[in-house]
Parts: sequence; structure tokens; C-alpha cells
Amino acid sequence: MQVYTMFDSDEKGVQVMDQGRRNALRMASALGLVCAGSLLGPMRAFAGEWKANSFEAKGLANALKELGVDSYTMSGEVSVISAEIAENGAVVPVSVNSAIPNTEYMAILIEKNPNPLSVAFNIPEGTEAAFTTRVKMGETSNILALVKANGKWFAASKEVKVTLGGCGG
Amino acid sequence: MAEPMRIRAKLNGDTVEVKVLIRHDMETGKRKDPSGKVIPPHFIKTLIAKCKEKTVLDTVMGISVSKDPFLSFKFKGGALGDKVTVTWVDNTDDTRTDEATIS
Repeated sequence: MQVYTMFDSDEKGVQVMDQGRRNALRMASALGLVCAGSLLGPMRAFAGEWKANSFEAKGLANALKELGVDSYTMSGEVSVISAEIAENGAVVPVSVNSAIPNTEYMAILIEKNPNPLSVAFNIPEGTEAAFTTRVKMGETSNILALVKANGKWFAASKEVKVTLGGCGG
Repeated sequence: MAEPMRIRAKLNGDTVEVKVLIRHDMETGKRKDPSGKVIPPHFIKTLIAKCKEKTVLDTVMGISVSKDPFLSFKFKGGALGDKVTVTWVDNTDDTRTDEATIS
């Protein structure tokens, strides 16, 4: 499992500490997480709301930023299913699913599209985190399935080769 | 008024599989017509599916969803004969609601 994060902890620093200090630190970081969680709670307001910022964001990094994603973990429990080669970029069938418990949100992003965010699903309880749809792709690109579960972000990606772009005029 | 959706809702064990096919241009606003004029954007922004007043899917879409969007999803809690209602709203505030009976 690859981890992409902006907040790498200093592993060596932790190892030389004595046990007591380590426990104290562990508690402090747990408290920090709780605080961050309660602060982030009210931000989960994207239910049903179409946000121009996220859909019009240019480039993957900006789109992720607008979605509130600081870091995400590539997970084998998330999958993107699509053909290796899409002859027509205007209609690329894609299925995404997540086996992570409590998956509450899923989004499909096309990394190299001018506006990467394509579609996002809020998943009510009782609905499976598994969707099939069709997207447009301007060129060969990775399709990223982004998942939010238990307040954390996970992802999987798959490259789809496009022989005829779907965004041109 | 927009054309009707085609919705199929099928019960499989305790899970209802819903397939929705929508008639919509999903125009990006980035294309030009033969005379060089930009074709204005026209695309679905939100889609909500309900069963017995409970929301079973809540979706937001951008311009890169293909023309005539297709969507399939599964939910638990539906029974034979229940209705699944799907509503979309596009960027011109046009909207359409259709329903299917779970079979």
C-alpha cells in the first residue's frame, strides 16, 4: 500500500524516545485527530450541492484541493474497472467500487481532462459503494476513483488509452 | 420539456439494482459549431434517486459525463412493487423526474 501524505511523521525521532514520552505523544496526536475531526465535521456539506469550484478546477491537484483532500492512500480495496483502450473518448464506460466499510463518498476524476472532476456520489446508508457510468476523456489518462471513508481519503487509479479524444469540437 | 429517462429497478436477493439512462446533450460549453460560435454549456448538475421517500443516491455531475448519461447503482431496503424515483436538474434549471417499479 502506497501512502501519499503531506504530513510524514519523523519515524527515527520517535524510535529514540522512551516509552513514557511515546505514549504521551500518542495521546496528544489522538487528541489532535479528535479536534481535527470535530472541526472538519460541518464541512461535509457537499450533499446534493453542485460546487463550481470543484468542477471547474483545472488540473488534478487543484481539483483535489477544492474537494478538501489533503492526502490520500492508494488502496487495494478501491477499484476502477474500465477497458484498457477506449476507441471513443466521448463515451468511456467506467465502474468504480469500494470495499472499505463506511464509504460515504466517491468521486471519479480524469487526471488529464481540463477539469478532472467528472462525477461524485454521496452514498447514503444501504447503498453500495459501486457505480457504473460513462465519461468523456480528452486524451489517454489515469482515471482516479476517490473514496472517503471514516473521514479518510483513499483512491485507486487505472490508465485508459484513448485513440480518439472526446472533448474536441 | 426534456425527454423521459429509462429506468430499470430489479430486485436480486435483498439488493435492488437500478439502471438509469438519461436523454441529455451534456454539452460542455467548450465546443464550437461549424460557423465557429461556441455552443453554450448544457449539462446535468445533480441527480437524486429515492425509494419510499428515502434518498438512495445523491450525485453531482460535471461536463465530462458522457452525452445521454448512464448510471447504475445498488441499494438495500427496496421491495417488489416499491417505486424508485429519479430526478435530475441541469444548469439551465430544467428538470425531469421519472419513476420505475421494482421488479
